[in-house]
Amino acid sequence: MSVLVYIENREGKLNKGAFELVSYASRIAKDLNTGVTALSIGNVSESELSRAGQYGASKVISINDGRLETLDNKAYTIAIEQVATAESATVLVMGSGFTGKAIAPRLSVRLKAGLVPFAIAAPSSYQPFVVRKKTFSGKSFSDVEVKSAVKIITLSPNSFGLHESPVSTAVTTFSPNLLDSDFSTRVDSSEKFSGKVLLTEADIVVSAGRGMKGPENWGPVEELAELLGAATACSRPVADEGWRPHAEHVGQTGKVIAPNLYFAFGISGAIQHVAGISSSKVIVAVNKDPEAPIFATADYGIVGDVQKILPELIQSIKASRSH
Amino acid sequence: MKLLVCISNVPDTTTKIKLSPDNKSVDLSGIQWVINPWDELALTRALELKETAGSSIEKISVASVGTAELEPTLRKALAIGADDAFRIDLNPQDAYQVAEELAALVKAQSFDIILCGIESSDYNGAMVGGMLAEQLGYTSVSSVSSLNLDGSNVKLTREIDGGKQNLTVSLPFLAIVQKGIAIEPRIPSMRGIMTARTKPLTVVAASGSSALTAVVGNALPTAKSACHMVDAENVSELVRLLHEEAKVI
Ligand SMILES: Cc1cc2nc3c(=O)[nH]c(=O)nc-3n(C[C@H](O)[C@H](O)[C@H](O)COP(=O)(O)OP(=O)(O)OC[C@H]3O[C@@H](n4cnc5c(N)ncnc54)[C@H](O)[C@@H]3O)c2cc1C
Repeated sequence: MSVLVYIENREGKLNKGAFELVSYASRIAKDLNTGVTALSIGNVSESELSRAGQYGASKVISINDGRLETLDNKAYTIAIEQVATAESATVLVMGSGFTGKAIAPRLSVRLKAGLVPFAIAAPSSYQPFVVRKKTFSGKSFSDVEVKSAVKIITLSPNSFGLHESPVSTAVTTFSPNLLDSDFSTRVDSSEKFSGKVLLTEADIVVSAGRGMKGPENWGPVEELAELLGAATACSRPVADEGWRPHAEHVGQTGKVIAPNLYFAFGISGAIQHVAGISSSKVIVAVNKDPEAPIFATADYGIVGDVQKILPELIQSIKASRSH
Repeated sequence: MKLLVCISNVPDTTTKIKLSPDNKSVDLSGIQWVINPWDELALTRALELKETAGSSIEKISVASVGTAELEPTLRKALAIGADDAFRIDLNPQDAYQVAEELAALVKAQSFDIILCGIESSDYNGAMVGGMLAEQLGYTSVSSVSSLNLDGSNVKLTREIDGGKQNLTVSLPFLAIVQKGIAIEPRIPSMRGIMTARTKPLTVVAASGSSALTAVVGNALPTAKSACHMVDAENVSELVRLLHEEAKVI
């Protein structure tokens, strides 16, 4: 019996999301009186991997098989399944990002393991095994009982936090037994949005809506994001009209995010928008309409014109930093 | 070539969620049911592909697992343009069971391309597509934001963490689609609504699948405290509050 946690890297580095997953897995392992094994796929150095020990992983397994770089869903699933079986994992923890969404459901079938996606807390009980998740896009929560022997949980980002529990860590390598026929997707080309803060990983998100009036007015939005080390986001009509890239669209039909701080400039706060941001720790809204529904969700608000407030906010932050 | 779009029947996205008195279930009375938004975009893209000159797609089917109450949603899919519909007669307990039932249908009907939405807006699982692909042994690609046919191959774009990729896959194939796959969902035309009445909607008996999970309780979020309003003439006060009170900058 063990808890296996699959951790992702970005260009060879483990990020906060990976450590949050290890923290979460460690909590479950402690409750179950067992250990945590972390699994990494990709080219990550041993010293980087051993950082998982800080959060409680006593063992890290590293798969470095170049063929898996294509994120082939079938082959990836088989590789993780082989590790889960070798480790006799009874609980498997993954992130709920693009890889988790693609792989966890396939693993669920292969391992005949019940899956709780987008969990927001550690299991509330182990016998029966019950985990809480968000449902109806954040309008409710459901407690899901997993009845199978093996369980899979994907964790909503920023829902558990980082918890250090240092242990000494052994890093080992594993070569999955993969046939060429297990690979069935060919990558023709890739595009990386490098250098930018990723929306799904950002602590602070600066988002703007139709109240900005047009793409030519986005300068101060980007400037504020830059100043705060934040990612930029937008409402759906803004992406649909091509003012901003689709990757920035947050909400029910876009990305669901949970930063520590979310700024909504000129966003009305439609229920479908709020569905994507309601888990943010602090929400700040600036809107010229005092009746805008966004103020019902926001923690701090200013009724005013974004064109005026945004530059003042930037000045004010700069000023607060200079003394 | 036969294409299947899997349809989830969900409450309209503006629905206020109420719970039953014992919190064991969601109170579904008075709810307006719709095609899950991503499934609607998937169907829209499927129709665009079929209408492309020289398209090899002969037929677009839609399928959903559920009780007779969801038939209006399948009829709507037929009105939008699907050729036929299947309802698998079972009140499913989890996504695993839905996928098992859909897999049985696909085996009986042999579809070459299957489209699923990335998640359904009720239980927000993002599960059925991947589970179905694994049940069938199909190649799957998730987070697909563009899809085109190229002879017996499919060319697609998917979003990955921090970027996107252009891929080629061969058939049979299952795509789990998200934003971008189509921009505006199609709405039924008057003629579509008329012809939908006579298109086949086949009820299929369940295959004896079983669930691995069950919802045992529900809760509603606690109400947020009132928004702290800051005067528009005093923006520096907001900065102070974010720094000293909320401690987020
Ligand atoms: C099935 C479905 C799914 C959807 N999914 C999403 C989703 O994922 N994400 C999403 O965002 N939306 C989604 N929507 C759309 C949603 O219903 C709203 O239409 C959308 O969020 C509105 O975007 P907005 O707030 O930018 O624009 P608007 O609603 O037009 O609001 C603009 C706001 O800006 C304010 N404003 C205008 N000028 C100024 C100014 N100078 N200064 C300050 N404030 C100003 C206005 O008071 C207004 O509140 C979905 C809709 C449906 C039906």
